[in-house]
This record gives sequence, structure tokens and C-alpha cells, in this order.
Amino acid sequence: MRAPAIETLGLRTVRLVNHLGCIAIFVGETCACSVRPPLRIRRLVAAVFDAGVLSLAIVCLSGATVGAVLGLQGYTTLSRFGAEGSLGAVVGLSLIRELGPVLTALLVTGRAGSAMAAEIASMVTTEQLDGLRMMSVDPMDFVVGPKALAMVLVMPLLSALFIVFAVFGGYIVGVELLGVDGGTYLTSLEGSIDFSDDVAGSLVKALTFGALVGFIATYRGYTSEPTAAGVSAATTGTVVASSIAILLSDYVITALWGV
Amino acid sequence: MSEDGGQEFRVVLDGVDLTLGGRRVFRGLTCGFPCGQITVVLGGSGAGKSTILRLIAGLQRPDGGSVRVAGQDIAQISGRELFEVRYGIGMLFQGGALLDSMTIFENVSLPLYEHTDLSEAAIAQRVSERLEAVGLPGTESLYPRQLSGGMARRAGLARAIVRDPEIVLCDEPFSGLDPVNVRRIEALMVELNRRLGITLIVTSHHLASSLRMAGRLTFLVDGRAISGPSAKVMASQDRRVVEFLAAEQEGPMTPSAAESTAGGGGAP
Repeated sequence: MRAPAIETLGLRTVRLVNHLGCIAIFVGETCACSVRPPLRIRRLVAAVFDAGVLSLAIVCLSGATVGAVLGLQGYTTLSRFGAEGSLGAVVGLSLIRELGPVLTALLVTGRAGSAMAAEIASMVTTEQLDGLRMMSVDPMDFVVGPKALAMVLVMPLLSALFIVFAVFGGYIVGVELLGVDGGTYLTSLEGSIDFSDDVAGSLVKALTFGALVGFIATYRGYTSEPTAAGVSAATTGTVVASSIAILLSDYVITALWGV
Repeated sequence: MSEDGGQEFRVVLDGVDLTLGGRRVFRGLTCGFPCGQITVVLGGSGAGKSTILRLIAGLQRPDGGSVRVAGQDIAQISGRELFEVRYGIGMLFQGGALLDSMTIFENVSLPLYEHTDLSEAAIAQRVSERLEAVGLPGTESLYPRQLSGGMARRAGLARAIVRDPEIVLCDEPFSGLDPVNVRRIEALMVELNRRLGITLIVTSHHLASSLRMAGRLTFLVDGRAISGPSAKVMASQDRRVVEFLAAEQEGPMTPSAAESTAGGGGAP
């Protein structure tokens, strides 16, 4: 009884190590083909459009909504201590340090990451990647590299946009609806934010999340089974794995960067 | 390149074993494809016709044996070396495998932009010529989704031959085509073979076309190959070959024939 159990454990361990090795090779190749010539600028611009421009509406709308809720909740809590004047600082700090990059990454994963995985997986299913290989064109160079790089580039920009719209949403609720002084809101916001600590940390998070979502989406699509179920599994797997990776890495970066 | 009886082979499969999804597709498959000839690969559904092309293209590695293309065992070489071997191979996939985010012009011209120094005008002219040859003039600006299955496959053929490769692999090129276009593609393949000396390896169910254009047939049965000059294979006394050819020539079974075969006596 014990031997098969040990055998199964060994087999699973070997498979896990093999899988991790494949991921490491994939990440290494993706990084290499993102920077080595020929740089496929047109493919990169198209990928930036798909991942970035098409995500603008959802990111801006969500940002404004989250900011409005933060303004409302923040005002209710702060008014208990008579500290309504700190509303700008509360809204700004929580957005820049935490909510901006994390929520943007989760939104972009759902909209662009899943679409990226589905597109590559459907290219596997319809033999388009094999077609490229037969033209001696490396699909890693032509498809994976530009898409992964695009995700790294757009994530900080979308995160910044999310924060701007959220601060605006908080301003509308706090100042226009609840009567906090506009000057006080902006002064407390400006005074509480430190560039090297808060803004740089936010940027590092957004870049990390962009890289994670880019790698996971392209890897899941590229290694999918060439079936309709394979496309579905790649899409679902991208959203689940990316969400977990974002939340875990958020904690790690926050702990390392210094709270 | 290997030689056999004075015949020079461009592609040689030697003792190839392959198991896919638990099913043994090839067991010691040995066959050769001569230089500058058209060879048609025949066999029932699931016999491994598409798989043999994927082995030659290096898209599938065998479990055992060797696949030699232009003298190189592509089962043993690295991914980068494989890209170099593929410079000399064009492949038409069953579904066309066109990139659906690109127009027909962009699809067909891609190998030229990637691997040649031709000018824009020369590329445009070459693409236009190839599209005309496969019966798709004026489709440059269309996207693959705007074409029918047969048209997409013909565009795929135009892409496969746009660089005049030494070897062209065609997976079911006649499937879903009307008789006029079957003749057109058949004539194009014969012309490519005669004019440029291209080695063509074609899988097909279309027996009439196969017999008209093939200098050589390879018949896949039970994971092995029966191959040779067309006349020799057609005259084979192997029961499985005889049954396949007879069924192909008779065409689909009619309802009355099906009833009599099943021993049915018609309506009660």
C-alpha cells in the first residue's frame, strides 16, 4: 500500500517541478523576445490598444464609483471624530497605496487578461500558431512578446487613471454633496502623499501586477488544449491565477516596501 | 538525402513510432517521399494522414525512429534549427490556419516580409500573382472571417507557396471545394511541381484527383505504409488497399444499397 502512495507522490512532485520549469522557461523567453529585435512595434501598439484603450471605460467608471464610496464611508467615519478635514488624505492614501493598483489589476485581468488568454488559446485551436511556425516565425516573438509587454506598459497608466477618477469621485461626494471644504480636501490630499514612498510604491505594484497578468494570460493561452474546453479553461484559469497572484504579491510588496 | 532504387528522397521516415492520446498511430512507419515528385498520402479517417505531415513539418515529435528532411533528422534538432529547416517548407493546413486578425494580403505576404528583402511593390505583385493562381484575385483586403472554408484554404495554399519552397505539404487541399476549384488547385500543384520542381506531399480523400496528379502513392494502414509508384500501389493485392480503393471508386452507399447490404427487404 505504501509503495504506490510514495510513487504517486513522487510522480506528482516531478510533474510539479516540470511544470514550474516550463513556466520559468516561458517567462525567460517572453522577457527575451520582448526586448530582442525585431521589435514588433505595430503588434505592440495593437496589443496596447486591446489591453489599454479598450479598458479605459471600465477603469474610469469603476474608479469614480470606488472614489465616491470611499468619500461617503470616509466622511461617515471621520465625522465621528470631528476629522472631516482629513477626508482628502484618507481617500488619496488608500487609493494610491492600495486600492488603485490592486483594483485596476483585478479589473484589467477580467477584461483584458481573459481576452488575451482566449485569443491565444483560439489561435492554438485553429492552428494559427502552427501556421506561424511553418513560416519560420516564432509565435513567442510574434504573438506572446508584444501582448505580455503591452500588459506591463498599460497597467501603471490605467492604475494612475483609476486613482485620478477615484479622487475626483471622492471630491464630488465629500465636497459637493456632504459639504467638506474643497480647499481642505485638496490640501490634506496633497500634504499627506509622499512621492518616494506612496507614488513610487504604487508604481512598483502596478508594474508587478502588469507583468504577472501578462505572463499568466499568455502562458495559459499558449499552453491550452486545442479544444473549445481548452479555450474556456485558459480564460478561467487566467482570471483565477491572476487574481490570487495579484493579492499575494500585493502583500509581499507592501511588506517589503514598508508600511 | 537518401536514395532507393535510383530514386532520391527529399523526406524519409524510418521506423517511426507514435502514440497520441493512448492510441498507437504509427508502429515502425517507414516511407520516403522522392525529390521533385507529387506524392499523395491515402488512408481511412484516423489513419494518420495529417499526423504524417505534422511529423515532416516538425510540429510533432515521434516517440521513436527518425524523420529526415533534406538530410537532417528533425526529431533530433533544436527548436531554432527547426525554424531554419522550415525555411524550405510550405504547409497548407486543413482549416487554412490564416491569422484572423490580419487581412489576406497581410497573411500571404507575411513570409516575404519576414524572410526576404523584396520591395513593397515586388511583394504586392507576388501576393497578387499567388492569389490569382489559387482563384482568389482581388481578395487582398478581406479578412479570413469574410471567406468561405474553401476560399480560406486556397488563401492558405497561396501563403504556403508564396516563397517557392522546396517542399509543400498540403493537408486535404480538395476538401470542401467545388469541382472547378478542385481542377484549378490540382493544375496549380502539377504546374508548381513541373515548373519549379517542388516536392509536394498531399493528403487527400479525393481519389480521382490523386490518381491524376500523383506520381507516387503512400497508403497508410494499421500504422504502417504501403508506398510506391501510383500504378504499383493501385495494382496492390493487399486486401485493405483493394477495399479502400473499391469503396472510394463506388462512392457513398445509396439507401437501396444500404438496405440490401443490411439484408433488409424494404417496407413490410
